[in-house]
Amino acid sequence: MTVSHEVLAAPAPRMARHIDWSWAPRGILLGLLAFAIFGPLANLLLWAVAESWYFPHTFPISYGFSYWAKVFAPRGGAVDALLTSVGVAALTVALSLALAIPAGYALARLKLPFRALILLALLIPNAFPNLPIYVNLARIFYELDLNGTVLGVVLVHTSHGLVYAVWIGTAAFAAVDNELSEAARTVGAGAFRAFLDVDLPLAAPGLLASAIFVFLESLDEFTGTYFVGAPDVNTLPLLLYTAGAGGNYQIASITALVLLAPSIAFMFVVERFLRADVLAKIGR
Amino acid sequence: MNMMPSAIAQARSLRKGGEEDAGHDAGQTDFLTIRGLEAGYAGTRVLKGIDLSVFKGEFIALLGSSGCGKSTLLRTLAGFAKPDAGEIRVAGRDVTRLGPDKRGMALVFQSYALWPHMSVAQNIGYGLKLAGRAKADIASRVGELQMQLGLGGLEQRKPAELSGGQRQRVALARALAVQPDILLLDEPLSNLDARIRLTVRHEIIALQRRLGTTAIHVTHDREEAMVMADRIVILNEGAIAQVGTPQDVYKRPASAFVAAFMGAENCLPLSIEKSGAGLHVHANDLCEGASLPIPSNPLVSGPVEARFRPQAVELTPHQPQTGTEPGGDGAVIFKGRVEQTSYPGGAWRHVVSLGSHSVVADAQRSFAPGEAVNLRVAAEDLFLFSPA
Repeated sequence: MTVSHEVLAAPAPRMARHIDWSWAPRGILLGLLAFAIFGPLANLLLWAVAESWYFPHTFPISYGFSYWAKVFAPRGGAVDALLTSVGVAALTVALSLALAIPAGYALARLKLPFRALILLALLIPNAFPNLPIYVNLARIFYELDLNGTVLGVVLVHTSHGLVYAVWIGTAAFAAVDNELSEAARTVGAGAFRAFLDVDLPLAAPGLLASAIFVFLESLDEFTGTYFVGAPDVNTLPLLLYTAGAGGNYQIASITALVLLAPSIAFMFVVERFLRADVLAKIGR
Repeated sequence: MNMMPSAIAQARSLRKGGEEDAGHDAGQTDFLTIRGLEAGYAGTRVLKGIDLSVFKGEFIALLGSSGCGKSTLLRTLAGFAKPDAGEIRVAGRDVTRLGPDKRGMALVFQSYALWPHMSVAQNIGYGLKLAGRAKADIASRVGELQMQLGLGGLEQRKPAELSGGQRQRVALARALAVQPDILLLDEPLSNLDARIRLTVRHEIIALQRRLGTTAIHVTHDREEAMVMADRIVILNEGAIAQVGTPQDVYKRPASAFVAAFMGAENCLPLSIEKSGAGLHVHANDLCEGASLPIPSNPLVSGPVEARFRPQAVELTPHQPQTGTEPGGDGAVIFKGRVEQTSYPGGAWRHVVSLGSHSVVADAQRSFAPGEAVNLRVAAEDLFLFSPA
């Protein structure tokens, strides 16, 4: 027994001396990437709990939560902005799904002409530079009395989020085997009943994932909200912008954290619900 | 496109007529009538004029190789494919343009197509729920079907937690729950293990007989069709090649295609002459001359294709002159040489060459490769077809 242990143990120290240097560039790259991702996040966390922090100190001088109280105080406006943001996001999700469910079903199931073109057309709002579009949109919305209304902001967000909703929605419906709804038809379900009882529940996880994407996209949206909504519709990103522009890093960081939390939470949900067979069909 | 309004109007008037007709008895003769049915997609015609009458309670097998149109025919019957021409009537009611949910037909899919988000009981009871039946009523009917199909105790399971055979039975129970006029089966056994398949065959027939449901079963498995069906419909390239009882299509194939499909793969050229008394087979380098009774299928004098099964051959050592005179014993004797011998079980299988041709012949004893043999095929086992 002892002999075999020694035999087994002997080569180990020699192995350790051989460092595989080919991994070094990859290691350094990964380290840089991690720093690029987590560096700003760490900075954000520090600023969120910093009471006072100025040059040349590497770390905050004193820590505390007094700025949190300030942000969430009625006069801070964060609670109002949060409610507006969530409200706008919820309405955007509702509108996007209302459009994406029939559109996704049609694109997945029916033999539509120009199917690829329709899918591509949904990308257009995201393909061109946002600023000139929103400036013009703001002018048009002004004439339609939509400027400074929640509806106006929801419309802008929907135009932006619809590509996620329809693309993922189409993939979700395409992943449901057509024979499943045919089986419902054959035992007496009308076309709409089969859709409600079979296609919709089976596509629901994919649709939920698309809803989350749209929700997060809306929660984060700044440019469109700024041109169409401000100052009447004040969302969290607008509040963050005001705070950041005023050099109020604590308030900006706390707002950013509030925005970040749902994103991270929902990413786990999306990861759970967006199955590989749905992902494989996105954009097809 | 310009056909559309008139076609719809016609369908409407037919449907109206159908509803009025539904009252009186259509008779035992044809429960399901298919007339001149044509279907296809993107320019290719898959079904080229199908005419078929099915009696109530009959079990019909649609048999054919892949791509022959049997699945398209079933899908057209079920209402998932629109026919280009022709009509489908059930008990006198025109259902050609009706939706799949309004035809009184239930389809069992090859993939079973069970709904993964519903339990076994929900899957089976779905059609009853749609029909607006009371909850207790549904539960008792579902329980009854579960008992009949050996699915007791599985009502809370999801399809993913079932074995292949159980899924197949849930699919069958779901279709039977709505008590369809016609049960459509799309290769429902092809995804089962060979051993389970044999028992499920008999279970399906027993159930169908007991319920008296008319059934149309699509399969590419010849034996399955023979065992299960009252009548077999053999399809070839979108047209019906033959309709008949299993014995009919086995013993009296109407065409060379049917003969080959039903196992008569051995094919040799012969030359015949028809006379009032019978059929004279001219001697050639493959066989000796013979006289045969005139078979049921139409033949003209001249070259014919002779087809027979390996089992139909009586293999004997070659004798130069067997004394087969014209008007003799009603069999043709071919002369050949054994090429290969194998034992697949039951009988010895020989590959026998006859000049440039080769055939397969079974025998109870083995003949050595190289041995000269006589192959005697009795008249009733020899299928002759004049070239089309």
